Amino acid sequence: MWGILRQRAVVDGGLSLRRTRSALVSARSYAAGSKEMTVRDALNSAIDEEMSADPKVFVMGEEVGQYQGAYKITKGLLEKYGPERVYDTPITEAGFTGIGVGAAYAGLKPVVEFMTFNFSMQAIDHIINSAAKSNYMSAGQINVPIVFRGPNGAAAGVGAQHSQCYAAWYASVPGLKVLAPYSAEDARGLLKAAIRDPDPVVFLENELLYGESFPISEEALDSSFCLPIGKAKIEREGKDVTIVTFSKMVGFALKAAEKLAEEGISAEVINLRSIRPLDRATINASVRKTSRLVTVEEGFPQHGVCAEICASVVEESFSYLDAPVERIAGADVPMPYAANLERLALPQVEDIVRAAKRACYRSK
Amino acid sequence: MALSRLSSRSTTLFQPLAAAFPTTLRRHISTDTTPITVETSLPFTSHLVEPPSRAVETSSSELLSFFRDMALMRRMEIAADSLYKAKLIRGFCHLYDGQEAVAIGMEAAITRRDAIITSYRDHCTFLGRGGGIFEAFSELMGRTTGCSKGKGGSMHFYKKDASFYGGHGIVGAQAPLGCGLAFAQKYSKEEAVTFTLYGDGAANQGQLFEALNIAALWDLPAVLVCENNHYGMGTAEWRSAKSPAYFKRGDYVPGLKVDGMDALAVKQACKFAKEHALKNGPIILEMDTYRYHGHSMSDPGSTYRTRDEISGVRQVRDPIDRVRKLIISHDIATEKELKDMEKEVRKEVDAAVAQAKESPIPEPSDLFTNIYVKGFGSESFGADRKELRATLP
Repeated sequence: MWGILRQRAVVDGGLSLRRTRSALVSARSYAAGSKEMTVRDALNSAIDEEMSADPKVFVMGEEVGQYQGAYKITKGLLEKYGPERVYDTPITEAGFTGIGVGAAYAGLKPVVEFMTFNFSMQAIDHIINSAAKSNYMSAGQINVPIVFRGPNGAAAGVGAQHSQCYAAWYASVPGLKVLAPYSAEDARGLLKAAIRDPDPVVFLENELLYGESFPISEEALDSSFCLPIGKAKIEREGKDVTIVTFSKMVGFALKAAEKLAEEGISAEVINLRSIRPLDRATINASVRKTSRLVTVEEGFPQHGVCAEICASVVEESFSYLDAPVERIAGADVPMPYAANLERLALPQVEDIVRAAKRACYRSK
Repeated sequence: MALSRLSSRSTTLFQPLAAAFPTTLRRHISTDTTPITVETSLPFTSHLVEPPSRAVETSSSELLSFFRDMALMRRMEIAADSLYKAKLIRGFCHLYDGQEAVAIGMEAAITRRDAIITSYRDHCTFLGRGGGIFEAFSELMGRTTGCSKGKGGSMHFYKKDASFYGGHGIVGAQAPLGCGLAFAQKYSKEEAVTFTLYGDGAANQGQLFEALNIAALWDLPAVLVCENNHYGMGTAEWRSAKSPAYFKRGDYVPGLKVDGMDALAVKQACKFAKEHALKNGPIILEMDTYRYHGHSMSDPGSTYRTRDEISGVRQVRDPIDRVRKLIISHDIATEKELKDMEKEVRKEVDAAVAQAKESPIPEPSDLFTNIYVKGFGSESFGADRKELRATLP
């Protein structure tokens, strides 16, 4: 498992799709003639294919049907599958989330959309107490095959109540799975895995990534394509410092790695893909190779995802570290509106570069 | 199912004698299923719907099974009280004695394909769905023979094979969950309904109204049953609800008010509600009922209501006594025969308690089971992760 240079894409449910893929390819470079896909289209096609494959899968949320989706992720699904598979709900998160969880108790497979995860707080009791814990409390009688999906974290200029990242909150709960795609391939593979999964999955998208295009392989376009849950991806190999992050920050980390390369620092960028289960093995293997860790997230710093990663590395790979672990996170403030303040409240590429340099020049 | 086995066993003791001597001086306990019509104690009050008739069809065997099943429920709850005081049951223990008619009347009107979901006051509902007293006591005492293998406790009994979806600790959460179960029944074209039980305390929860709105909009086969025992924990209904007419609180959703201490009224109302929900969408049933115990074993139950009130209800409205009187007045069994039945029930409960007490506690490895259906080989940790960790299959 350690020092992985290649990865296997394994489809759960018994279908196996083996291929090797060089981990050196960054998201931006691609061979001539290969396809590109936006994250939006990736998510849409994933939901479409899973609805087609399994009649128990249905979509529920505000504006998902007639409006074609607040962010157009569910575009075309109502026309294709009809109102018995795509449900527009009133603006009542607690009610419709509870209804979704109840439907999952009975064996259906709801895909519940939160217009943003900020609104999931209205329904958080159902996500945690009704969904996450049921399999355990019932000793396996009641499993909950539900997906809660929607944009998470900061958008642009939407202010304090619409910009919070919920990764740390949900990923702390045993019984939930928490996924965070970055690229179009991540979006397709992880959402398909989430919909097929028999456990409740919190699927954290990012509004600013919806319109971004990524190269996508033929395998990823296949309707049986699936990515494993709980496995991180090494987006860029390196030997001097490990940068671990998820979602939009993966793009920033890759840009930071380019800048660091110009200064002779070879950074390894890990895209978590899965916040829970967390791929501690891949993270630790990388740090044991590079001896330095920089963790990056958009969310609030205290008790964040980065804190867990740092703790894991310090616990498991202490003697390998040549520098203190570094955390780059959102500022410890509610999100301000003014553009300059918003910029200061979020990690920028230069923050990641600075932290990596600190990790490299420190000690010895 | 445990309960039906009990009633048939007792009645066969008396049949041979009667068959041999048609003019015997000894009257036998009837297993007759010939319909008997009984009037409910009170007429139904309704909101936005024509109420069903007060005349309820029942039979000797049904009345006897009501009696025995309720006696079993009553005995189980009293035994749980003692076990809690003996510290063999820990945490929360919410007892249902006094409310048995709701569980029993409901079961008589529905099938096991209809779903039930309720709050934390779930022991008797579990029994009504076919759960066993041994599994119940085992669960209460945290043993692996419990219905949730000791992992759930008093508030988290489930029986999925009988469409019983728990057992929920968060007040009101079961309201949207139950509407979700009804949604699934409609989606899968099952011709079945879901009964969602909640209390007068939960009746003010916002999520209930959110769920009702969606259930009415989407015509879900949902029957919402407010078990109004008049106290939300220690707060009387008049102190917590501006409008304690819970059967009307659905506004555009029809409702029926039912004497919840009368098992036959409950049966009639549930039968009516099921037919309604299958054709016309959600309906609310308010069961006027009463709990003899406090909110839970931590609540004496007498600081916010008088002992006279409690004993008054017991004397005048006890659900088991109502059925006892019906049985005696219809000459189905004698008072002594019924008392003997109660003694048998008591022995059964004592045996189940004794067996549960001898049952094993979970293995330490059970700490880590059933977190996920598919753990993908991820890890979970004990308090000291360097000492206790497990790989989740």
